[in-house]
Amino acid sequence: MTRAGQSVLSLEGLTKIYPGVRACDDVSLEIAAGEVHALLGENGAGKTTLVKMIYGLVQPDAGRMTLRGAPYAPPEPRAARAAGVAMVFQHFSLFDALAVAENIALGMETSPPPRALAQRIAEVSQLYGLPLDPARTVGTLSAGERQRVEIVRCLLQEPRLLIMDEPTSVLTPQETEILFETLRKLAAEGTSILYISHKLEEIRALCDRATILRRGRVVARPDPRQSTAREMAEAMVGGAFDATARARRDTGEVALEARGLSLPAPGDFGTALRDVSFALRQGEVLGIGGVAGNGQEELLAALSGERRAPRGAVFLQGRDVGALGPAQRRALGLASAPEERLGHAAVPEMSLTRNALLTAAATRGLAPRGMIDWGAARRFAEEVIARFDVRTPGPEVAARALSGGNLQKFVIGRELLQTPVALVVNQPTWGVDAAAAATIRQALMDMAARGAAVIVISQDLDELMEISDRFGALNAGRLSAVHPVGELDRERIGLMMGGAHDMEVAHVAQ
Amino acid sequence: MIALEKRPQPSRGWTAGAPVIAVALTMLAGGALFAALGADPLEAIRVIFWDPLFHPQFAAYSRPQLLVKAGPLILIAIGLAIGFRAGVWNIGAEGQYIIGAICGAGAALAFYPSASPLIFPLAVLAGAAGGFAWGMIPALLRVRFGTNEILVSLMLVYVAEAVLASASSGLLKNPEGMGFPGSRNLAQWEATANPELVAGTGMHWGVVAAFAAVIAAQVLMARHILGFQIQLMGAAPRAARFSGVNAARITLVSLGLAGALAGMAGLFEVTGPAGQITIDFGSGYGFTAIIVAFLGRLNPIGILAAGLLMALTYIGGELAQLMLGLPAAAIQLFQGMLLFFLLAADVFANYRIRIGRREVG
Amino acid sequence: MDLGAIQPAVFTAAIIVSATPILLAAIGELVAERSGVLNLGVEGMMITGAVMGFAVAVTSGNPALGFLAAAAAGAGLSLAFGVLTQFFLANHVATGLALTLAGLGLSALIGKPFEGMKAPPTPRLDLGPLSEIPYLGRALFAHDPIVYLSLAIVAAVWVFLRLTRGGLVLRAVGESAEAAHALGYKVVRVRLLAILFGGACAGLGGAYLSLVRVPQWTEGMTAGAGWIALAIVVFASWRAGRILIGAYLFGGVSVLQLNLQAAGADVPVALLSASPYLVTILVLVLISARGTHGAPAALGRIFHASN
Repeated sequence: MTRAGQSVLSLEGLTKIYPGVRACDDVSLEIAAGEVHALLGENGAGKTTLVKMIYGLVQPDAGRMTLRGAPYAPPEPRAARAAGVAMVFQHFSLFDALAVAENIALGMETSPPPRALAQRIAEVSQLYGLPLDPARTVGTLSAGERQRVEIVRCLLQEPRLLIMDEPTSVLTPQETEILFETLRKLAAEGTSILYISHKLEEIRALCDRATILRRGRVVARPDPRQSTAREMAEAMVGGAFDATARARRDTGEVALEARGLSLPAPGDFGTALRDVSFALRQGEVLGIGGVAGNGQEELLAALSGERRAPRGAVFLQGRDVGALGPAQRRALGLASAPEERLGHAAVPEMSLTRNALLTAAATRGLAPRGMIDWGAARRFAEEVIARFDVRTPGPEVAARALSGGNLQKFVIGRELLQTPVALVVNQPTWGVDAAAAATIRQALMDMAARGAAVIVISQDLDELMEISDRFGALNAGRLSAVHPVGELDRERIGLMMGGAHDMEVAHVAQ
Repeated sequence: MIALEKRPQPSRGWTAGAPVIAVALTMLAGGALFAALGADPLEAIRVIFWDPLFHPQFAAYSRPQLLVKAGPLILIAIGLAIGFRAGVWNIGAEGQYIIGAICGAGAALAFYPSASPLIFPLAVLAGAAGGFAWGMIPALLRVRFGTNEILVSLMLVYVAEAVLASASSGLLKNPEGMGFPGSRNLAQWEATANPELVAGTGMHWGVVAAFAAVIAAQVLMARHILGFQIQLMGAAPRAARFSGVNAARITLVSLGLAGALAGMAGLFEVTGPAGQITIDFGSGYGFTAIIVAFLGRLNPIGILAAGLLMALTYIGGELAQLMLGLPAAAIQLFQGMLLFFLLAADVFANYRIRIGRREVG
Repeated sequence: MDLGAIQPAVFTAAIIVSATPILLAAIGELVAERSGVLNLGVEGMMITGAVMGFAVAVTSGNPALGFLAAAAAGAGLSLAFGVLTQFFLANHVATGLALTLAGLGLSALIGKPFEGMKAPPTPRLDLGPLSEIPYLGRALFAHDPIVYLSLAIVAAVWVFLRLTRGGLVLRAVGESAEAAHALGYKVVRVRLLAILFGGACAGLGGAYLSLVRVPQWTEGMTAGAGWIALAIVVFASWRAGRILIGAYLFGGVSVLQLNLQAAGADVPVALLSASPYLVTILVLVLISARGTHGAPAALGRIFHASN
């Protein structure tokens, strides 16, 4: 709604070229005062590069920016902040070991003395409904609270333009609603907001205008209030794509079971698992939702065997596997794929052949009597590449050279080709392009249809609703009761994620 | 503007070429250094790198020295490299080398003056065991308590030196040595002598062991699953744990192996070239081997070449001392510079340089 | 054996003298490590400082110039480390080792002509009536200026890290270089400055060894002091105040063992001379068994701003 106010930021022909890619190609857009402007696009569409240029982290190769009528070319974030541009990052901008107030001070040009700062933090958080304790160590905060720190840090500078990068990926639906209230209030006061997301329903609910990027170019400028989510999705992806096909599945015996699984937190800032129980049958997909940092990684580690579980807590086909390590569990048919691809699921510097050997050495007999059969390992990697459409020149390419989607296809494919009894995956489509994400979801469902038990841990609720038979949510290391997906609505899910269990047993919190 | 840009994959050419470039740069910088010390740089380089092998007068003496010096360097570096590959930073090989020599010599001397042919093998085993035990101290402390193995292994070098001082003037002192500190001469006692096996080559049992270690390590690292696990742990510890690698076991194996090899190197040295346990037995091989390991790309075959090169600088350094009056320390600095240049050249294996930041407007 | 010969005041003064080199090196390394840089080259920088300080002091006859030269030499050597790790993205551990090896060689080379010479005496700071106080005066107020300088540096580092914005930025860089970069802080510049400070302190510490504590130049005279300084940083859980405790504790052990040796105690000499290293290992084990809290999260990690 351009008529809402005069232009705050205008971009003309902004271009940024990295070797081999035009990350941003002739991008123009205009943001008015008090406007909430959505920036949409798939991973790698150029959204992040564009906002990095606005925030001074990257300098454009061509094009002009104008901020409130004056030429604007911030050489560094400091200059952007001084000009009234603030940014809430998706990752990497808080310091775990430092206090809330220190984190906030670091984001300000000149920070007032500690006492005055604490006072201002209190004022701002009161005003916008973002309660915070300035003395708390950030590492001990929940994901939602951490985001509050970032937002308060921005608001203290009274920005004219606030950039938000995927802010709701760490929030429950209820928390998202609260965030939207804050943002609407800010917009009403005249602050412009550039809102980056790929969640289309949110954009329809919040934004005034939208710009869609694909491969670095502006491909559409829909009115989010008038367009359907499907129209916008097709503009983002560049064509219609098939929804996953759901084969009818018969469930069989219990394949994977957790009985009151509790584990202390690993390290200073991890989450303890508390009394996690579920029973998963063959052919079933269990979706586990929850806000990031509520025990997802820890649950995967406890199931994969990276952390040993107490006796009597984890069972595979009725056998207690809690004391076994990852290799032994894998040999019995319990496969897993952690969230972090580079450095956890795969070794970035090593070739795909070596990465295939990483988990398949025993199950595929690639190292008989300890001597590696490199030919067999290579053939296995080639098989994964062929079967799961991994785009790569060949199996001798280093894992880090693959795009997120292709590497993820390789990782999931590597586990699936070992024909596991049960598979646990965390964030299988995080940072993956839409086509690869669809392939991965389909592969997981096909696997279940062939009788495997699958656990999908994800923060993408739409994904979980699409592929799961039953759903549970993690909150502070506890798993809610598990319900069939058909019985749930968004509100109910939000309550589960927020920790309100329907079986109201009083928790004896430790 | 010059910027570094990460390569999608490590460049093989640079990985192999970096040591060559580092050697060339070291020669240049070393030449400048020698010029500053008042020597003709070209002559100094020739004396260090050429004369030990081809000088009409000295080569006959110095050529065999090549294997004599390279043997312990290679043997120690092989063990170190396996640990470095796993991210286990054992920098106390010097201590393991000293303790190995003391234990081996001690075990043998207990049977003096027997002439049993079993004594030498026993001494080798005792040397390996001594080095192994010394290496297990930092390994166990790291596994059990998470103690930093870099600092512990290094501290143990100084402890080993204290033990050496005590042993050479106490427990192992030659009773017929007229009061001088130092043990009996093991090279002159037939039961323990580790002589030159082929005249004029410098080849002794330690060199044989070094070659065997190169082959065994090559098989381990290139073909065996344990070698793969060692590399996994160093490259990505989380992925290694995910794969099922037992980090404690790898730590114990790599430190124990490095200790045993260093201990053996010490034993071969004390029964051969050095001859006896003396207070200055520790000659810095354990530290120079760190350079050898890196220069050899932590790769067994590479270490073989790097060990020979480093041995050459030792002998060349001695020659330069003799012929040009260059101080011995210059060679030590020379070796340190080599590692510096190597680390600098290494960046190009993983990054490429981009000059200028805009290509098209 | 006659322990009665040990006078408390002299003993305390000796501890302070013995601790000062390590205190200086450790506080410098602490700053570097808080910025996320693990410089294992302390030993090399110390010994280079020792030889440069000695050489300049002997040549000029002025110990103050010697200390300045030592700080400059330590910083100069650390710059090589900084360039390699910050611009060439070299592994911190390997580069630190290279620095130590090169420093040992460099110092031996420079020091050759100075072996056996005597250093010009470093005058003690005249604190007037303070040094007249019985016992305390001799123990605490009769030292050279470097002792007080080292204490002032510890206090300044404490204040800097705790209370200033610069200190906050430094800690932030050491916690997460990526986050600090995203906020627009110059990670490489901050780290280079921290490395240089660490180098200068190590150089000073080395010169204190060769000019005051020994005072003479001998090859390899640091004998692991740089490594012990590294251990003390771990012992101190990366806190400036505790560095003081660690260094004086260590100073106490070394003075005690020397005194015991001199007094002809009924303990093997090997054990006594190894005791500082054994105590260091013991302390490291105790600290790590408790769980090493306080290590900067980005310690030793290579940072490369990808764009």
